[in-house]
Amino acid sequence: MAHIRKAKSLGDWFDQRLSTNKLFEVMMTKYWIPKNINWLWAMGVVLTALFTLLVVSGIFLLMYYKPDEHLAYDSVNYTIMQEVAFGWLWRHIHAVAASMVFVIIYIHMFVAIYYGSYKRGREMIWISGMILFVIFSAEAFSGYMLPWGQMSYWAAAVITNLFGGIPLIGSDVVEWVRGNYVVADSTLTRFFMLHVFLLPVVIMGAIAAHFYALRTPHVNNQDGEEIDFEAEAEKYMAGNKKEAKVIRFWPDFLCKDIFIISLFMILFFALACYHFDFAMDPINFERANQLATPAHIYPEWYFLWSYEVLRGIFFSANLGLIFFGIAQVVFLLLPWLDRSDVVKPAHKRPGFLIFFILLIIDLIVLTVYGKLPPDGNAKYIGLAASVSFLVLLFIVLPMVTMAENKKGGE
Amino acid sequence: MADVKRRDFLGMALGGVAGVGAIAALVAMKKTWDPLPSVVSAGFTTVDVAGMQEGEIRDTQWRGKPVYIMKKKSGDEVLPARDFELAGAYYCIGIKICTHLGCIPNWKANEGMFHCPCHGGQFNGDGVNIEGTPPPRPFDIPPFAIKGDTTLILGESGTEYEAMLKASGNA
Repeated sequence: MAHIRKAKSLGDWFDQRLSTNKLFEVMMTKYWIPKNINWLWAMGVVLTALFTLLVVSGIFLLMYYKPDEHLAYDSVNYTIMQEVAFGWLWRHIHAVAASMVFVIIYIHMFVAIYYGSYKRGREMIWISGMILFVIFSAEAFSGYMLPWGQMSYWAAAVITNLFGGIPLIGSDVVEWVRGNYVVADSTLTRFFMLHVFLLPVVIMGAIAAHFYALRTPHVNNQDGEEIDFEAEAEKYMAGNKKEAKVIRFWPDFLCKDIFIISLFMILFFALACYHFDFAMDPINFERANQLATPAHIYPEWYFLWSYEVLRGIFFSANLGLIFFGIAQVVFLLLPWLDRSDVVKPAHKRPGFLIFFILLIIDLIVLTVYGKLPPDGNAKYIGLAASVSFLVLLFIVLPMVTMAENKKGGE
Repeated sequence: MADVKRRDFLGMALGGVAGVGAIAALVAMKKTWDPLPSVVSAGFTTVDVAGMQEGEIRDTQWRGKPVYIMKKKSGDEVLPARDFELAGAYYCIGIKICTHLGCIPNWKANEGMFHCPCHGGQFNGDGVNIEGTPPPRPFDIPPFAIKGDTTLILGESGTEYEAMLKASGNA
């Protein structure tokens, strides 16, 4: 057993028993972040803050929400929204944060693509991040079902129906997932469990893995410069803070992040209190009715691009489903579709910059057309954008980056 | 050497028990998500067509889906793939879900057509989609069996249903 002395302070008492000083050093004051970064490097901490908001608001919603096909709608729209003091606030925080999580995830993701932070040793950061994106999507989908309005019901019907595309056992799988021949009470209760317990626990584990994945390759910087973190950390600790290329995670980096979070929270609560409608579809304020489909079904904005890939291949439901499946996982492969060894921001990689801009334009087109009804020209534009998406990632990106390699990485 | 063997045995014991346990657990978890017996037994709907007038439509539900049955008029053309005979009269039956995007069409009695409110899909009384409107195929037909002179059981596959499947080339 360790030698225990009389404690000099409460902190010392804990340090002798739990090595809290060492823990704090490893996690905070001796975790090194490059200096050469900008405000876009704060998105990870913003996401952590948003996830915390979702957990806290979710806990309060959970105290009044009733997962039952006859009670769910009123427990949300009557009890929580009208009776519970500040119930509306928890619901708006929860809905707006769910939407904002995807805004920030997309920014976080495209910052990583722009600066090449997914390759040359950072593959596991990227992969754990993309796994988080997929689980967050499942979390958002299962949560959207819970108010049991028309959009909840029909989104659940359409998405569970996708499993019907699996060869041979498709229709059995659909019934198994729903626990009924149609979306019903059994579907609601199992997705309730996934939403409030299993998926959040998996998300927390994946967040820990994502953070851990950063430890060895370290955070990228604005120029993709390879930094000797040990040497730079020594410079910093020797007092040569000016020349060191790194700073401490805490307090140096986090205090700036906290400033950005503060700005973000002002925007966030303005949305949650005054402009929450973008996260609240009016169709979902009608009770779920299995015998009446809403005239036009569409998912929340953050799923529109992949929904359009599904729908864009309008002439073949099966091919659409295959493209949709590929679109869900294609970003996991990004470190290998990019054949170049260069880690630099896109504005110093001309070919890659063109790919990056085209990809963003294509995703915006897919998102816009995902919301429009598939009539007339819209379906041909949807088809072109869906095919372009796969061409960009599977053909343009490898070709552009191989050409870059041939030029010798300049 | 003896030690290693003993450890091998422990490893095999662990592997065996864990394997059996994992399979048993997966089976139990899979079955827990299956539709409950009450849901499965409610998967059969009995419809009585007694007293239906010619041209009349009767609505019912089968497994949560809207189903219509229409008694055809005596002069109407008979389609073997869509119609069946019961006690000397012809009836047609279908799941009233638009095959385009899953909306529920409405029956317009004066036109003798189903109109889908979503994208203008149309089906005739036999449930066949009208050329030039969005739906790609006719209404699906629920499996049914005839019991007695006036009763249908939806959810059970009877000879008339199978004959209709065969006539449509889907058997």
